[in-house]
Amino acid sequence: MKNLVILGAGTSGTMMANHLIKKLPKSEWKITIIDQYKTHYYQPGFLFLPFDIYTTKQVKKNGKKFIPKGVRYIQEKIELIVPEKNKVILEEVGELTYDILIVATGTKIAPEEIDGMKSPKWYKNIFDFYTYEGAKALRDKLRDWEGGKLVVHISEMPIKCPVAPLEFAFLADSYFKNKGIREKVDITFVTPLDGAFTKPKATKALHYLLEEKNIKEVTDFNIERVDFENNKIIDYADTEVEYDLLVTVPTNMGDALLERSGMGDDLNFVPTNKATLQTKDYENIFAIGDATDLPASKAGSVAHFEAEILTDNIMRHINGEPLKEEFDGHANCFIETGGGKALLIDFNYTHEPVEGTFPFPGVGPLQLLKESRTNHMGKMAFRWIYWNMLIKGIHIPFVSATMSTKGKQLEEVNT
Amino acid sequence: MNKTIAQATISVNEEGYLTDFSQWTKEIGEEIAKEENIDMSDRHWEVIDYIHNQYKNEVALSIRGIKKSGVINIKEFYGLFPGGPLKKCTKIAGIPKPKSCI
Ligand SMILES: Cc1cc2nc3c(=O)[nH]c(=O)nc-3n(C[C@H](O)[C@H](O)[C@H](O)COP(=O)(O)OP(=O)(O)OC[C@H]3O[C@@H](n4cnc5c(N)ncnc54)[C@H](O)[C@@H]3O)c2cc1C
Repeated sequence: MKNLVILGAGTSGTMMANHLIKKLPKSEWKITIIDQYKTHYYQPGFLFLPFDIYTTKQVKKNGKKFIPKGVRYIQEKIELIVPEKNKVILEEVGELTYDILIVATGTKIAPEEIDGMKSPKWYKNIFDFYTYEGAKALRDKLRDWEGGKLVVHISEMPIKCPVAPLEFAFLADSYFKNKGIREKVDITFVTPLDGAFTKPKATKALHYLLEEKNIKEVTDFNIERVDFENNKIIDYADTEVEYDLLVTVPTNMGDALLERSGMGDDLNFVPTNKATLQTKDYENIFAIGDATDLPASKAGSVAHFEAEILTDNIMRHINGEPLKEEFDGHANCFIETGGGKALLIDFNYTHEPVEGTFPFPGVGPLQLLKESRTNHMGKMAFRWIYWNMLIKGIHIPFVSATMSTKGKQLEEVNT
Repeated sequence: MNKTIAQATISVNEEGYLTDFSQWTKEIGEEIAKEENIDMSDRHWEVIDYIHNQYKNEVALSIRGIKKSGVINIKEFYGLFPGGPLKKCTKIAGIPKPKSCI
């Protein structure tokens, strides 16, 4: 019997288990998946939880439910990977050997990386919304916050779902409008990049949204520390931004497991071939999703596209065939803009988001790079798709793993 | 678009970044620095050397990377290239502006 071991049962790991159980002959391969937590969180829902749009129940489920029969599921912390010996060491179960390993341990926030961030004010007037705990604590805070300076802040890139902070600012605008206290809230968006949107074409097309919603922008802000006593964030150029309520996205890092195992880069991300998803250092180790160092977005939709290609490549690896260099960085994200509307963007390593329609060229129904109510419904439907199709590895009709350029106004904006 | 600088013709993008690193020379770097009101010292060039090395090894540039480089601390980095130090020193070094994925 041969062993395929998947580390992490989040979006990517769960998808891989579902794909591979259908492909690997049961008489020859045993699949094992390991995760430290019982709960599988719907992370995109963390954006909505603070505004009471989703309930806590809608964003979490028992993870085991999504692991297919025939796959061994171990709920435990992974201590170490010993790649030279093809071994994984767990806290209790002990050692597991593998023939093929898939690293799908994701990324998590590291507020301790910034001086003063994880201070006595953490979850008092400094919050993250990238964790279940953070999003829930922020919801409770917002329920009776009476207004003041709200600063929405990104510490450093890369972060997962890079548009989520901006969406947070848009939703905050709607939330306070609905509460009738918008004029008492001053919203400022602070980013280390040179614009709120990280791709130049998108910045051009979408800047009006910030103006329309009266959201101020501070760009090129590389945070040095949080002065939690005086409620200010300060950057290396000594620029200061005051806040009453700081909603920050702390540094995102891969799990410390990769550092312990000597397999991560500066931020504990695994160096991975961006077209094949094989790790750069080990032939029989593959990586997927947020855990990789790919220059693609860290998003569930990206992991979904990667999973289809990685499944093929694992089969090729087993059969001794050359790997397909197919992954093109395809990402497809809804951007919630508040007031029941959303945008949709579709892009890859080489193409920036453009205008057009999706998924059917010229028809839609979803419009790229334009605000609409249909797009918002798409974003809301994503939760259902996530739990019922995406993580179960069911192919989403009409959406291909590599990006299509059909029906998009590429010439017009790609000059 | 083309630009004439330090008696050479180079191609640059709309923000003034070289689009072809092979056209870069130290003199060109010096002139671009002047346009940014920076007078290049040995210390500046040490940083540019480091940046070139990273570029050749295909390592993405970041403030964190600079912090860990052992070449310079961030305060000094800001002091040498005031404003946006990463953006300025890549421009002077003749390599693309660091970009982050969306
Ligand atoms: C606020 C927010 C909004 C988002 N919105 C969107 C969106 O609209 N669209 C979209 O496509 N994506 C969105 N995302 C991103 C998406 O959720 C992630 O990209 C996706 O979940 C990545 O999947 P993954 O499997 O790579 O990592 P994860 O799903 O994070 O899974 C990693 C798993 O590994 C486990 N693990 C790690 N280390 C260990 C260890 N040492 N031992 C045991 N287990 C371990 C963890 O417990 C976890 O379960 C959003 C994310 C956030 C935070």
